[in-house]
Amino acid sequence: MKTLSTLISGLVFGIGLILSGMINPLKVQNFLDLFGTWDPSLAFVMGGAIIVTMPGFWLVQKRTKPFFNDKFYIPKAKDFDIRLMLGAGIFGVGWGLGGLCPGPALTSISISNNGIIIFVFTMIVGMLIAKIILK
Amino acid sequence: MSNIRFRSVILNKRNLILETEFTPISSLAGGALIGLSAVMLMLTQGKIAGISGIVSRILPPSIDKKEFPQSILFIIGLLIAGPIWYVFFGEIPSQTVSNNLVILSSAGLLVGFGAVLGNGCTSGHGVCGLSRASIRSLVATITFMLTGFITVFILRNIMGL
Repeated sequence: MKTLSTLISGLVFGIGLILSGMINPLKVQNFLDLFGTWDPSLAFVMGGAIIVTMPGFWLVQKRTKPFFNDKFYIPKAKDFDIRLMLGAGIFGVGWGLGGLCPGPALTSISISNNGIIIFVFTMIVGMLIAKIILK
Repeated sequence: MSNIRFRSVILNKRNLILETEFTPISSLAGGALIGLSAVMLMLTQGKIAGISGIVSRILPPSIDKKEFPQSILFIIGLLIAGPIWYVFFGEIPSQTVSNNLVILSSAGLLVGFGAVLGNGCTSGHGVCGLSRASIRSLVATITFMLTGFITVFILRNIMGL
């Protein structure tokens, strides 16, 4: 059950990304192109997700622990620092450049015959570099 | 009543159509599925559905051995979504990806590096973090949207790509 539930979570996430249009980098870039060919769809993706997640998290955390783990792993850090802002800033530059973020890029590997695989490869390299620097 | 609507099609310098259709209903529904997945993962594993976290925690030099199987399973779920979609609907929604390999590879590098440095991406900060009313995630989301806006502006209006 534990195995199946995680697999289904990933599958539902991927189907959501495809249905929402987020797997199309052009659509993402158009969301970010406020003064050009603006496509506000992505705000609806985020809105749709938060409408479900906000009450969902609240209900789930009324439990003492999740079904298949010892406790809830919730990030504890509260204050924001330069590392957070620098990281998010760099992330945004890459997001704008390629129109891709990690979820849609991974989901696209199995259905695209284009440069997305190169994006995923360099994304993993970028993660490795950051992990080594932060170690 | 005529159904024909005349729309001006905006092309970029390489004569590619830039416009995408505004899809509020399917985007809202897709978003709701993403939210459902995040709630499922919290209910079953007690984990935040942040894709960059799920990927990076199984990378060296600090591989999270305990979370390794669950991370792999979630990623397999993402990978089978497209093929399953194809089986049901017979086609995959179109994707327009840059054919500039320098841009694509730099984009990947920046996304991967930035997500690990900033402890999250669009899903971890933008969906899960905002749903928890996390100030850190709000700051991160505003920051990456701002630099994203600026990047696309420069890319399209100054570099003409």
